[in-house]
Parts: sequence; structure tokens; C-alpha cells
Amino acid sequence: MKQTLFDKIWNTHVVAGEPGEAQLIYVDLHLIHEVTSPQPFDGLRSTKRQLRRPDLTFATMDHNVPTKDIFNIEDQMSRLQMDTLVKNAQEFGVPLASIGDDKQGIVHVVGPERGLTQPGKVIVCGDSHTATHGAFGAIAFGIGTSEVEHVMATQTIWQVKPKTMGIKVTGEMPKNTYAKDIIMAIIAEHDVSFGTGYAIEFYGETIEALSMAARMTLCNMSIEAGSKTGMVKPDQTTFDYIAGREFAPKKFDSAKAYWSQFYTDDETAFDEIITFDVSHLKPMVTWGTNPGMATAVNQILPEIRDDNDRAAYDYIGLEPGIPVTDIPLDYIFIGSCTNSRYEDLAIAAAMMKGQHLAPNITAWIVPGSRAIRNRAIATGIAKIFEAAGCEWREPGCSACLAMNPDKIPAGKHVASTSNRNFIGRQGAGSRTHLASPAMVAAAGIAGHFVDITEI
Amino acid sequence: MEAFIKATGRAVVIPNDSINTDIILPKQFLKNILKTGFGPHLFYDWRYLADGKINPKFELNKPEHAGATVLITGVDFGSGSSREHAVWALTDYGFRAVIGGSFSDIFYMNATKNGLLPIVLPEAERQILRDIKPDETITIDLPNQIVTYNNNQFHFDINPQWQAKFINGEDDIDVTMKFEAAITAFEKKQPNFD
Repeated sequence: MKQTLFDKIWNTHVVAGEPGEAQLIYVDLHLIHEVTSPQPFDGLRSTKRQLRRPDLTFATMDHNVPTKDIFNIEDQMSRLQMDTLVKNAQEFGVPLASIGDDKQGIVHVVGPERGLTQPGKVIVCGDSHTATHGAFGAIAFGIGTSEVEHVMATQTIWQVKPKTMGIKVTGEMPKNTYAKDIIMAIIAEHDVSFGTGYAIEFYGETIEALSMAARMTLCNMSIEAGSKTGMVKPDQTTFDYIAGREFAPKKFDSAKAYWSQFYTDDETAFDEIITFDVSHLKPMVTWGTNPGMATAVNQILPEIRDDNDRAAYDYIGLEPGIPVTDIPLDYIFIGSCTNSRYEDLAIAAAMMKGQHLAPNITAWIVPGSRAIRNRAIATGIAKIFEAAGCEWREPGCSACLAMNPDKIPAGKHVASTSNRNFIGRQGAGSRTHLASPAMVAAAGIAGHFVDITEI
Repeated sequence: MEAFIKATGRAVVIPNDSINTDIILPKQFLKNILKTGFGPHLFYDWRYLADGKINPKFELNKPEHAGATVLITGVDFGSGSSREHAVWALTDYGFRAVIGGSFSDIFYMNATKNGLLPIVLPEAERQILRDIKPDETITIDLPNQIVTYNNNQFHFDINPQWQAKFINGEDDIDVTMKFEAAITAFEKKQPNFD
């Protein structure tokens, strides 16, 4: 019987249970952060259980960390959460990239960057954007806090195997369009829950040509389509990315041979297939309060279809018929596990080089990790942002979910490279417009969105 | 985990689709390092006005809905962030079951870990339930997988293993510990490239 990439990895990880029922799945990598780990560690203590495999666990801090003065944590609750992770990591022997550490950053940036994220693995984390790691040909998904405790105690997780969906992407990417535009356009076309109950695999010539950073952006936002898991078949691009990283396998050729067994036999193995042609792709921008409420930059804001649309327009303070390029902007945010990698920053910097922000714009540039921050300083990218008038910050989740001090004020519009335009997501009353790093950078310079395929 | 076999309670209707976990429990309340105390912050931005006062128009704040244990909602409930805190807020408030058109995968699993029964019913049946009056009750019979309201009986599906967990009030880790030998054997045969 034909198998998908997902099937093959799943089948190599079943510890117990029959197909069709809940099965006990082995976890190769458990990533943890400060927000969803205090209760599980407490649970282990109160039940006198051990953390089974500290060597397969890796912790960092990202959600709460300040991005200005990183050691001055004014919010006492945030400080307590981070201090708690330091104590717990020490007590249970878990490696921790703490605030200020060279390896610290957004958990979904740090895993791949350290070489921990590898093909064929099952990877979990108490965060919905764990789907990011699927870009390497791994089964990676977000889990709840009870499941975090379960993985800590047993290194396994009970799951019912999801159905599989292939998303075949073909065509040549038009100039200045990116993976962010692909995933946003697919979600806009099929709405925000078409992937619920499915593991998604992105494939086709367009996907094969994408860099690892772009594949990560694509898989990252699978969860905005309702799917816990987005993945791409591992190939030479994948292997080249991993080679030489801190936790890359030492017997690299043997590992490569092992990884190469993970691919989808053929399309008939999928339960469902969607196709998407990028030949006429335009840069995408969200106008509403979920990622499906998006349109191309050269369009006008759509008609109201239902109560959900009406409520979204009320919140966002816009009306149908307005051109996307007329959406008023106050802030730009370049960062988050979706788009804060070196490549994202380089693309944004290229848009800003030699120019200055429009007078109405405040800009926060938040690299995904300290390693990315250091590299961007070394290559001069940081200087471009600073010369343009942007605030060049320290690594963390920052204004993507605004748990730290980086909050967009009520009523203000922000062009953001993050993943969710939910009500209040980037600060109470904040109005989010999601787009690619190139689009957000160009909007910062112009003071409004521009069609960057026409420049 | 508290066992769930059969429960009768009053219901409150919040019919919106795509109520994400940011709405159920906003991020400023994720800094708590305990599992308790989230109930007062449930649906925070809907429940309270900008000045912090109670929003009298929101369903949960209407006196006739106090003590409701069943939430009736739309499709795609619990989408977005994986935060289990959203489930803890619902149970801490007093909800024991949520009846919706569909649930996000992560939210659904989180609910099953905390004794909050997620029930999927089609639109036509939810439409009948949406007319429930504040003094009427719904009965949920988990072993027989039936929701009863007035003279209506609606069947719902649930994975038999999750169903057993609810009925027995079992802790997952205890169940898994029985597979200790299998886990160890699995670990021994893993490829190692270091």
C-alpha cells in the first residue's frame, strides 16, 4: 500500500496501539519554554515522577522576554515564570538556553538553528506553532500542558492518527512574492479550518525550490489552516541546512541515508489533495481578525458576507471597498516564529536600504534568536534597519502575542510579519495586518502597503 | 481527573464561529504558574468592559445563566494557540461540556485531559439547542453518547479510548506507565548517528 511521508514517520514511532485507535507515539525531541512548562514540572514533583529523557528535551525562553533591556524584567509575573524555568531545568537536568544566552531565541527558530530539528523525528512542544519543524520532514505538532507533562514523564504521547492532505504547489514565484504569500493565499481561498483533522504535506516544484527558511514559514502557518502538522519532504536543501550545526548527527552520511527513506510514494496515498498555482500570486494582506480574512495587495477590501465579517470590520475600523494600499498604518513589526530568520531580515533590509521610514511609522525589528541578531550585526543588516529609523531589538516572541512589554496601542494599525491577526493579539485593541517581511518593510518606508511586484 | 458519566445542567449559548483560545483566555493571564484561578478571566474581553466593569450584555453575565455547566457554540471552537489554560478557564468557571460544530485538534485533546467533554453536533441539532431557555436543562449521557433536551435526543461520536478515560476519570500517565517495558524496548532499537 502506498504511504505518505507522514505515514512512514508515524509507523516508525508507534510504541503501542492498533491503527484506527489511539496509539502511543514515541517523541524524539521535546522543546519547552517558560509559559507552558511550570504546571507540568509541578506535576512531576507532586507525583514523584522523573523527567524520562532530559537528553531529548531542550528549553529556551521566548514568550515573556523583554526585547529592549533584557535583564530588566519589570513584570513580576513574567519574571516568576522565567525564574521558575531556570529552577526546573536545573532540578530535572534539562538543557536551557536562558535569557542572554548565545543559543536563546524563539523556540521554533532555535530548534532548527541548533540542528536539533531533523527529518524523520517526532517533535512536540507546548506551542501551536510547533508545525514549523515539519519543514524538515518531521512530524511536529503543538501540544497542551497535560501532554507536556505526559511527554516529560514517558517520552511518548497518545494520538489518533490524523488523515493526510497533500497541498501541491506549482508554478514559478512572481518577483517579490514569498512563502508567506503562498500560505496566506491558500488560507484565504479555503478558510481557517480546512486542515482540521489533517496532517498537511506541501509538495511540488515550487516547494522543492524553496529555502529552509521559506519552508518553515509555510509549515508554521499550517495551524492557521486548522492543521496541527505541516510538512515538506526532506531533500538536499534540508541536509545542507543541518550539516555542521551543533546537534547535527556526527555520522552524517548514515543519517542522510536514513532520512532519505521519508517521502510520499505517490499522490494517491493522500486522503485529500488541494492544488495551488503560484504563477499569478500577489502579495497578501489581512484586513480582518483571522488569517483567512486576507486579500491581495492590489485589491479592495471585500464585501461583508456574514456576522463574522461585520464584527471583524467593526474591530479593525475599516470598510469594504477601501483599497488595501489605503489601509492606514502606524507600526510595523518584523519578527515572530513565522518570519524572523536571517533570510527574512535580509529581504526586509533590502527593501529599506538607503531609505528612511515614513514619518507616521514606528518600526520594531525583532530577530528570532541571538545567533540571528549577531549575524545581522556582523553583515551590516542591523545598520540598514537602524539607519532607516527602526528599533533593532533583542530576540523573542515580542509583539507577535504581546506577552512581554511590546504591545501595539489600542486603535493603532500594525503591518506585521507574524501569524495571527486575532482581536487583541498584539495588544488590547490593536489592529493587525499580516504580510510578508518584504511587504511589511516596504510599507514602513511608504507609510502604507504597496504592491511590491510592481516596483 | 473528575469522572464524567452522566450530567444534567443548564446551558448558555455563545453561537459565534471560530472562538479562538485568545478569546477564551487572553495571553495576559498565561503568566500564572498554577492550573487554577483562570475562571474569572474566561472570555475576558467579552465579559468585562474597557473600564473593568462587568459587561451586562454578555451571555455569561446575565443572572439567569449563573451556574450553567454546558456551553453551546459554533464551529472551529478553540482554534489558534495551544494554551491549555483556555480549558482550565472553562472548567474553573464550571463548564463540564462544550457542544460545538467542530473543535480545533489541540483544544479537543486538551479538553479530554481535563474532564471537559467536547461534543460535536451538526448545525440542525445545534439550532434546536440554541433555543434553550435559561431554566431548561440538557442531559449528557456519555456511555450511551446521547444529548437529551426536551423531547430531542441527539447521538454524538467519541473515540472509545477518550470515552473510557472520561468515564473512569483516569490519569493518562498512569495508563502509559503500564507500557514502560514497551517504551524501553522501543528506545533500544532506535538508530543512533552519533
